[in-house]
Amino acid sequence: MSQIRGAEAVIRSLVAEGVDTVFGYPGGAIMPIYDALYDFKEDVNHILVRHEQGAIHAAQGFARTSEKVGVCFATSGPGATNLITGLADAMIDSTPLVCITGQVASHLLGTDAFQETDVIGISMPVTKWNVQVKRAEDIPVALAKAFFIAKTGRPGPVLIDITKDAQFGMMDFEYEFCTDIRSYFQKPLINRAAISDAAKLLNSAKKPYILVGQGVVLSNAEKELLDFAEKTGIPVASTLLGLGAFPPDHPLYVGYLGMHGNYAPNIKTNECDVLFAVGMRFDDRVTGDVERYAKQAKIIHVDIDFAELNKIVTNEVSIHADAKEALALLTQEVESRTHEAWIQEFRDAEKIEFETVVDDAIHPKHDRLQMAEVINMLSEKTDGKAIVVTDVGQHQMITSRYYSYKRQNANITSGGLGTMGFSLPAAIGAKLGNPEATVVAVIGDGGFQMTIQELGTILQFNIDIKILILNNNFLGMVRQWQELFFEKRYSFTDIVNPNFIQIAKGYSVEAKRIDTRPELTGALDEMLSSKEAFLLEVVVEQEENVFPMVATGASVSEIRLK
Amino acid sequence: MESAYNISVFTENSVGMLNRITIIFTRRHINIESITASESEIDGIHRYTIVVKEPKEVVRKVVSQIEKQIEVVKAFYHADNEVVYQEIALYKLPTKMIASGGDAERIVRAHHARILTIESEFTILEKTGYPEEIKVLFNELKPFGLLEFVRSGRVAISKPMKTLEEHIEDMNEEKIKA
Repeated sequence: MSQIRGAEAVIRSLVAEGVDTVFGYPGGAIMPIYDALYDFKEDVNHILVRHEQGAIHAAQGFARTSEKVGVCFATSGPGATNLITGLADAMIDSTPLVCITGQVASHLLGTDAFQETDVIGISMPVTKWNVQVKRAEDIPVALAKAFFIAKTGRPGPVLIDITKDAQFGMMDFEYEFCTDIRSYFQKPLINRAAISDAAKLLNSAKKPYILVGQGVVLSNAEKELLDFAEKTGIPVASTLLGLGAFPPDHPLYVGYLGMHGNYAPNIKTNECDVLFAVGMRFDDRVTGDVERYAKQAKIIHVDIDFAELNKIVTNEVSIHADAKEALALLTQEVESRTHEAWIQEFRDAEKIEFETVVDDAIHPKHDRLQMAEVINMLSEKTDGKAIVVTDVGQHQMITSRYYSYKRQNANITSGGLGTMGFSLPAAIGAKLGNPEATVVAVIGDGGFQMTIQELGTILQFNIDIKILILNNNFLGMVRQWQELFFEKRYSFTDIVNPNFIQIAKGYSVEAKRIDTRPELTGALDEMLSSKEAFLLEVVVEQEENVFPMVATGASVSEIRLK
Repeated sequence: MESAYNISVFTENSVGMLNRITIIFTRRHINIESITASESEIDGIHRYTIVVKEPKEVVRKVVSQIEKQIEVVKAFYHADNEVVYQEIALYKLPTKMIASGGDAERIVRAHHARILTIESEFTILEKTGYPEEIKVLFNELKPFGLLEFVRSGRVAISKPMKTLEEHIEDMNEEKIKA
């Protein structure tokens, strides 16, 4: 092949990596790449978003539902800085991304040139790896490394900053996949002694308990988890990002952990004798007061990230491993057992939660619609098999509580970072990664307005997603905290909303608004059966609280039911 | 309990490594007492010696985070008694004060300091040792009208005998088995 420009090498490298979808926004410093892209329209579907934050959240939604690496393009300066929130989000939620930013020409670096920012410096703490490329010939190697790093080990976002002269530079193109980096382990070597120690502990346990996180999803270990749980008869609870890793209707499934999780799985954490945590990282929203978290239990922790082991809690046995391999090995060594009396304890506690919280939430006696009944009905109507993309706040916690996630890679939410504005663009990405799936973006009235501009992307590319806005005319989660912990001083949480229906219409998105119970079932049917994008605004109770709740500083045993 | 720990970090020689490492401390509000960077015994691998005063648990977690960086080959931490360490200091004095007889010669000898250069205006002494020794000499030289003083960060070599090359060999073996 004759020499090509660095910009074309970028596109050819992406094609070599199997990339078929890119989310991006052009600008001065990335123009050569966009020019090269013009000749590859058949190979790469470029989605023009309306803001770079939309591009990266869309790439996240795409990556998390398709098991591919999400890719986005942005220009230098403000284009690049608009990616930062998404990078931080992908970093904390372990999402594989490759972000390519244009940069000013290399002779202008450090001169405060137009649209120059130190994106390498700015993004360093929120990327798994980043690199600046100043020569065309270095582009394929950098991209090969980027994809390798993004998708192996604990996945994460990678940023490649390419100067404009490198994009223009001529080079001989040859692409070689990266398969090893001297200083990096893509996969740990499992310590077999640790597996045996863990099996012994589990075999002798009276009240063992499995906590699963997103690591199970990321390593495709759902089957191995199921086999392990069924052989050992141990109850399984899930973190927010682990929802969907274990079948929610399985007799061993006991619920959702954390601040707004279920009652039983939280209180039982402080009653089990062996806690087996796999692919989760003991986030403070899961542990509550860590000084009073599972102190009675011997902890076995499986994680692919060595730095997560003994970071928050002290383990009896640490297993540095990919969840899939560790679970498969453990299943061979554990005894077949049942723990019926122990599981009954969960069911008894569950009954208390049902009577005090759930029953009222899904069969309400209130005049106004409750968020939980909307989500419960959505879950029933989709049989738990939609890809559900939530934003951040009360509706997110309600969805994680009341949606029954039965499909794999279908629970998409901003967990670690809690990024409002995540849902709408992430749902766009999820749909593009899974054109056959029903994708529902559940969003609050606040978060919707943070990335509302992406309705334009839906319009331009005819993206068939369902947007379910739970509108309580409040920044609801903050309001709830103000009610509970700040003497009802509602400081700037009442929000004046625009007419969402008119806005949707402006973008040619079908839309409907309901505010009474009898309308709900028909409106959800209409939304779900629509062949195009559809926005359903459901006006819900204004001052509804999400319970149960483990208040900040409280122990998981002190979870409040009201 | 807080005590001094010597963190040794071995990295690829790439742009921005120092920043990559130091932001791990910044994020946790950990003050770096001293830091030095240089080539190591292996081509293309740089080593950093970082001294912090923090509880052992904090240091262990920070070292895990450092080692997690893609381009970090290996990171270790050692208490002071597990390493041999040195610092170097330079002292600039007016030559006339040194040459005027008196104590100067005795001080230089007693402290095993070296004279690096004598110019008509100034003389530069060098002292290598522990920080305390460097400080004692500083105090003794101060009355002579010390013009300038500079002290390096610590360089440290651990006492355990396993070499970096052996560590790398072990890593490669692990990778093949995994």
